[in-house]
Amino acid sequence: MSYYPLSVSQVIDPSTSASERVTFLEKLHGWVVTVDHKRLGILYILYSTFFLLVAGAEALMIRIQLAYPHNHVLSAQVFNRFFTMHGTTMVFLVGMPFLFGFANYIVPLQIGARDMAFPRLNAFSFWLTAFGGFLLYYSFLGGAGLYGVGNAPDVGWFAYAPLTERSFSPGHATDYWALALIVSGFGTLGTAINIIATVISMRCKGMTLMRMPLFTWLLLIVSMLTLVTITPLTAAQFMLLIDRYLGGHFFDTQAGGSSLIWIHFFWIFGHPEVYVLVLPAFAIASEVIPVFSRKAIFGYPAMVAASVAIMFVSLSVWAHHMFTVGMTSVSNAFFTLSTMLVGVPTGIKIFNWIATLWGGRIRFTTPMLFCIGFLFQFLIAGLTGIMLSVSPWDWQLHNSYFVIAHFHYVLVGAIVFCIFAGIYYWYPKATGRLMSETLGKWHFWLFTIGFHITFDTMHCLGLLGMPRSIYTYQPDRGWNFLNLVVSVGGLIQGIAVLIFAYNFIVSYWHGEVAGDDPWDAWTLEWTTSSPPPVYNFEDEPEVHSRRPLWDLKHPDDPDWEYES
Amino acid sequence: MQTRHAQRLIRRRSASAWLLLTSPMLIAQGTTPSTLAPASTPAHQIFDLSVFVVAITGGIFLVVGGLLAVALYRFRARKTDPLGEPAQIYGSTQVELAWTVIPVLIVVVLFLTTARIIFAIQDAPKPKTALDVTVVGHQFWWEFRYPKYGVVTANELHIPVSSAGAPTATFLKLTSADVNHSFWIPQLAGKTDLIANHVNTMWMDPQKPGLYLGQCAQFCGSQHAMMLLRVYVDTQEQFGAWIKNQQQPAPQDSAVEAGRTVFERQACMNCHTISGTAATGRFGPDLTHVMSRSTLASGAMDNTPANLRQWIKSPDTFKRGALMPAMQLTDEQLDKVTAYLETLK
Repeated sequence: MSYYPLSVSQVIDPSTSASERVTFLEKLHGWVVTVDHKRLGILYILYSTFFLLVAGAEALMIRIQLAYPHNHVLSAQVFNRFFTMHGTTMVFLVGMPFLFGFANYIVPLQIGARDMAFPRLNAFSFWLTAFGGFLLYYSFLGGAGLYGVGNAPDVGWFAYAPLTERSFSPGHATDYWALALIVSGFGTLGTAINIIATVISMRCKGMTLMRMPLFTWLLLIVSMLTLVTITPLTAAQFMLLIDRYLGGHFFDTQAGGSSLIWIHFFWIFGHPEVYVLVLPAFAIASEVIPVFSRKAIFGYPAMVAASVAIMFVSLSVWAHHMFTVGMTSVSNAFFTLSTMLVGVPTGIKIFNWIATLWGGRIRFTTPMLFCIGFLFQFLIAGLTGIMLSVSPWDWQLHNSYFVIAHFHYVLVGAIVFCIFAGIYYWYPKATGRLMSETLGKWHFWLFTIGFHITFDTMHCLGLLGMPRSIYTYQPDRGWNFLNLVVSVGGLIQGIAVLIFAYNFIVSYWHGEVAGDDPWDAWTLEWTTSSPPPVYNFEDEPEVHSRRPLWDLKHPDDPDWEYES
Repeated sequence: MQTRHAQRLIRRRSASAWLLLTSPMLIAQGTTPSTLAPASTPAHQIFDLSVFVVAITGGIFLVVGGLLAVALYRFRARKTDPLGEPAQIYGSTQVELAWTVIPVLIVVVLFLTTARIIFAIQDAPKPKTALDVTVVGHQFWWEFRYPKYGVVTANELHIPVSSAGAPTATFLKLTSADVNHSFWIPQLAGKTDLIANHVNTMWMDPQKPGLYLGQCAQFCGSQHAMMLLRVYVDTQEQFGAWIKNQQQPAPQDSAVEAGRTVFERQACMNCHTISGTAATGRFGPDLTHVMSRSTLASGAMDNTPANLRQWIKSPDTFKRGALMPAMQLTDEQLDKVTAYLETLK
């Protein structure tokens, strides 16, 4: 069949020509200069796993400080740095790189391509993102500015001006924060453009848009959304730096500037950003749930339509973070309505996932358990989101621990759960070995229990009037016991994550050998070897339906006969 | 009429479910700043609305969560399953249409209910009898000005109780002298931000005298956590007496003349006002009647002579990062100035 005398593997695979051992330095060099989408994907994942542990440690320090009223483990200044760094790290150095790591690794494989559209841009974007992260953390050493040592940013991850202006934040900590986000933001934009180009132009024969796996669809939508959301943040950061160093007055209220401009810019970025993070989580769930229910995803066209709808509606809800800044009643009503409307397409997705489970034969593997946790928690997160969209109630709940609980339900209960599901699911593809199921189940149960102890309780603290961002509280407010409970839950989650880290590392050498298709799955990445060769596929695959492997495994009952 | 009645019924029923759910929290309440113990019209309206929203979202949770649980149990893989894969179902237009239309209807109901409360609270007309107070946020304390009475005070707001016989709402105008802050007394009303170059308004009409606690709800810098807030709701007579006392210039006691000299000759007077003296600074709290307040440094500590002395000596002891500098006074100066301030009742 093949036109060429040699198959691609014989030409490219180095093991056929070179048998000499590769030194560690050569190996390292290979990783640093790589433009292979799979290696870059792995680099993204390792990078964000590292920062997940760092940000988790920061969260634990925060919880130790808050376990008792008037505790003195951290000073006010150090506490403020830690919660700023925890938030910034989790959003920019954990959430986004994790999801781009998955996108990098999986999208080309799922669409039957040999690499991303722009491999060099891909490497450039990764290293920019990585540099941004290290720049942010270098502030612990270099942000000293005019003040002593160790002056990391302490203005909150939302960094409301004018607190970030030089009169209120002297020194260089805030500059590190702004510059790090600008730099990693450019990296993010590069990757987003790359993913869009890849999905638009690199699909294999037969893969029409409506035959793409939902994972790829969602990553395409996320990338388009990223282009729209990162830009206002970058613009705002530039304006802030102009204020700080070139005598600008955008946000400098002392000279007639406006704090509200910053708040608008930040949330025009910040709210769609939530969807940038959560849509890839949906993407992972949309792969894992059908495979372990042994059924095709229910209502594929509706899932695609709902995702596109979420993208558009999410651009019109940002001011629900601003119900307390004194907007007119009409504006408050408008943003209440637009926010509630997001619930409709989101609801469709939840119903479709449940309908996928319905009538299936559900296998409770670790990735599936994490996705079930996601479904349950995301349902609650959506409902507390409705509560927060009710603007009068938001006047009470805004900036309280209820909000903290709500967005951790989204960011941890939905996104981190799906990230874990994705890691357990695709780890055998990337390494050739399965992660331990026993440890995986320990990880799942401990993490879920810890999660609920922490974040369910936080809702109550918010209703009892505890505001966020406080380094300590008065003992007479009725918050003491609940805070201790929250901290204990945090500790349990910490232990669970350590089990995960151990499993993640040890399985690389000692995990069960996976084979090409350990889960009996249906998308193209499972047709190639584990780990896939540099060139992914020997021959360009050709697909006839959304589940090419189903067709292959069930030639008597192929999907294309049913798909609309 | 009938829908009204049904709505009230739903409310009452869901209110009891809500109470059951939160009863452990209610036990924890004393004078805690809980949103679940409203004591003023806006807070009441918000609470009633929240009960309605919890009833609806709780219903959704039970239905959807229940379906999820049933699916997981009923369709778990079993050893007795026949070989091969289960029947593949790709979708169903009717079913999907149903679960698009029903949520839209729920959104319509929720939105209309919410909009009514938004307009009721936010666009409530200001009655003629209302008391005006201007609130200015500072890093990290509150300034309260009563323009009608010419009174300026800090950190502890006094307002009159509102009764059916003498309805007295308090309307606040809020702004900031520096960074953003947020005024939040959960029992009295939702929070409103204080933003420089921008004036916000909010109102409350507490129906029961007493002390209501809260604190700044917008991160404003290193001592944001110690920007506490106390609102004393006084009876009409108490409030009248309080205002009358606040309107007096500072008492002049010759026994503490030396302390007053320290206050006026050191930098104290650059930032603080004591009416009737040369001290007219406006950067820090007005101290004319500082002894009428029960806490110091925006609630960071109780107002006792020992705390006051230590606060002047070294503000970092209580509130590291507060903008008041340690003035390097000698022990003798400290004693004198503390004795003087103690007379400012």
